[in-house]
Amino acid sequence: MAAPIPNLSAALNLAAPTSASWLTILPVPLCFSLAAILVILRRHSILQPVIATAGLLLLVGLNAALLVAVIAEGPVTMVMGRWLPPFGIAFTVDLTSALFTLAASVVALAACLFASGDIDAAARGQGFYAFLLLLMAGVCGALTTGDIFNLYVWFEVTLIAAFGLMAVGEEPEQIDGAWTYALMNLVGTALFLATVGLLYARLGTLNMADLAREIRAGEGAQPGMTLSVLFLFALGLKAAAFPLQMWLPAAYHTPRLTVSALFAGLMTKVAIYVLLRLFVMLMPLQREELSLLIVTAGAASMLVGALGMLAEDDLRRVAGFGVIAGIGNMLSGLALGSPGGVSGAILYALHSMLAMTALYIAVAGIGRRLGSFSLGRAGGLYARDPLFAFLCLALFFAVSGLPPLSGFWPKAILTKAALDIGAWWLAGAILLSGFLTTIALARIFLLAFWRPAATAEIGPAASGTAALTLLVALIAGFGLLPEGVLSLAQEAAASLSAGDAYVGSVFPGEASP
Amino acid sequence: MIEPWLAVLSGLFFSAGIYLLLAPHLLRALIGFALFGNAVNLLLFLSGRVTRDAPPIIGEAETALKAGAANPLPQALILTAIVISFSFFAFLLVLAWRAFRDLGAEEVDGLDRAEPRDRPAPPGGY
Repeated sequence: MAAPIPNLSAALNLAAPTSASWLTILPVPLCFSLAAILVILRRHSILQPVIATAGLLLLVGLNAALLVAVIAEGPVTMVMGRWLPPFGIAFTVDLTSALFTLAASVVALAACLFASGDIDAAARGQGFYAFLLLLMAGVCGALTTGDIFNLYVWFEVTLIAAFGLMAVGEEPEQIDGAWTYALMNLVGTALFLATVGLLYARLGTLNMADLAREIRAGEGAQPGMTLSVLFLFALGLKAAAFPLQMWLPAAYHTPRLTVSALFAGLMTKVAIYVLLRLFVMLMPLQREELSLLIVTAGAASMLVGALGMLAEDDLRRVAGFGVIAGIGNMLSGLALGSPGGVSGAILYALHSMLAMTALYIAVAGIGRRLGSFSLGRAGGLYARDPLFAFLCLALFFAVSGLPPLSGFWPKAILTKAALDIGAWWLAGAILLSGFLTTIALARIFLLAFWRPAATAEIGPAASGTAALTLLVALIAGFGLLPEGVLSLAQEAAASLSAGDAYVGSVFPGEASP
Repeated sequence: MIEPWLAVLSGLFFSAGIYLLLAPHLLRALIGFALFGNAVNLLLFLSGRVTRDAPPIIGEAETALKAGAANPLPQALILTAIVISFSFFAFLLVLAWRAFRDLGAEEVDGLDRAEPRDRPAPPGGY
C-alpha cells in the first residue's frame, strides 16, 4: 500500500545548500576527522606536527573564506538534516562569529607552530595534537552554533579536550591545577545547562534566532532576572571575571606553556563571545538592568588583574593575571552596550586572543632561555638575544595598550564609550589598569632583559621564535593599519545589537522584529 | 501533581551538592559534583512537563501535541547531559585518585603545589 507522499516543505528546507552555508559547518568535521587521524597516528611523533599544522592552515583558510562570505552576504545559516528552524539545529555565522573563529584558528596555528619545539615525543604520544584539534572543533562549534543547547555541548567538547591537554606531561603540580580548573569549569558549565533548561521551560525554544525574536518582541514570556543573573554567573565563572577569577592564575601556569597559551587565547574568550551573543543580541533589556553589576565586575577584574601582575614573581602567573585584566575590559564594553562599547569589546577580544597567546609564548621563551620563570632571578636576555627582546618589547607595548600596537585601539574606543555616557570612573579604571599593566610589563623588561645576568647562562640555546614573530606581526599589523578591523568590528557590533540580520538569516522571508 | 515535589527535590539536590562541593575533602567534592549534576538533570526533566496522560505523538490531522502530553525534547537533552556529566565524573574520579596516589592529598589543603604558600615576592627594585 503506497502512502501518499506528504508535502514536506513545511518542515524541511528542500533547496540545495549554498557553498557559503557549507563553510559554516566545515571547520567542525575537519577538526574532528583530523583529531581522529592523529589519535590513530599517535606513535608517529614526526608525522603528527606536520598533519596538525597543515590541518590548522586549512582551518585558517576556511575561516578566512567564511569571513569573506559573511562580509559579502551577511549572516549565513545551515540547518542540520534540512529541518527548518527552530526544529533543526542551526549553525549561524554572523560577522562577530566569523571574526572570532578566524582569530581562534590563527591562535591555534601559532600554538601549533610553537608546540613543535615545546612538546616532546612523550607528550605527542599522550595525544597533544589530537587534543589540540579536538579543542578547535569545540571552539569552532561554540562560536558558530545557533542553538543554545548545542552551545552547551560544544562547551563540553572544549572542556574534554582541555582536560586532555591539562594532563599532558608528568608534573605533580599539574594535578593541582587540573583539579581547580576542572571543578570550577564543570560547575560553571552545569550552571549554564541549568539556565538553558529554565530558559527552555520559559520560552519553549532553544534556537538563538527564535529566542532573540521572541525576547526582543517584548510580548509573552521574558527570561527574567533570575535567568539572566544565572547566565552571567555561569559565563563569568568560565571567563574568570571578578569575583570568580581565582581559579585562573591557580591553574593556567601548571600545564605545558603551549597549552596555557592556547587556553589564554581561546577559553575565556569563548565565554566572552557567548556573553556578547546573549546579552547584546538575545537579552538587551536584561543587559541594561544588569549593567551596573557587569560594569562593577569588569572594573574590579581590570584592577585585580593589573595588581596581580604587579604582585607576582612567577612570570607564568603574571601572564595569568594579564588575562583577567583583559576580561575586565571586555566586560565593561559589554556593560556599556552602546555601539562603541560592544565594538570595543569585540576588538579587545580579538586583540586579547592574539596578545595573550603571544604573552604566554614569550614567557615560555624567557623560561626556556633562563631555565626559570622567576622574575627575581631573571636577567641578561637583551644581551643574549636582541631579536627576542625586540619581539617581547613590541608585545608588552601591545598588552599594555600603548599607541602604535593593537592594544591601543580597543582601549581608546572603550574609554571614549565610557566618557560618552559620563562614566568617568570607568574610563579612569580602564586607564589606571592600563597604567599598572605598563608598570608590571616594563618591570619585566627592565629586570629580565636589561639587567645583567646574575649567574652564568643556564638555559639551552634559543630556538622557536616563529610563532612569536607571527603573532607580533599580526598585532603590529592590526595596530598600524587598524581601519579594516575597526570598521569590521563596528559593523559586527551594529549587526549584533540590531539582531535582525541574524534572525533574517535563520528565518528567511519572515518580517524582522 | 508531582512537579512541585520534584522541584523541591531538585532544590535539595542543588543545596546538598553545593554544600559538598565546598567541603575540603576531595571525595566529598566529587559526590557534591555528582549531586549537582543530577540536580541540573532533574531541573531539565521538569521543564518538559512530568506526565504520561498521552503519548507525545502529533496525529495526522493535528498540528500540535495533545494536551497532557509531555514534551520529549527535554528528555533528549537530559540524555545528552547525563552522558557528559558521567564522563566528567569519571575524569574527576581519576584525578582525585592521582592526587591521592602521587601527592598523598585527600583534602584540598594537600593540593598546594601549584600555589605554594611561601611564594617569593617580586623584586622591589632594580
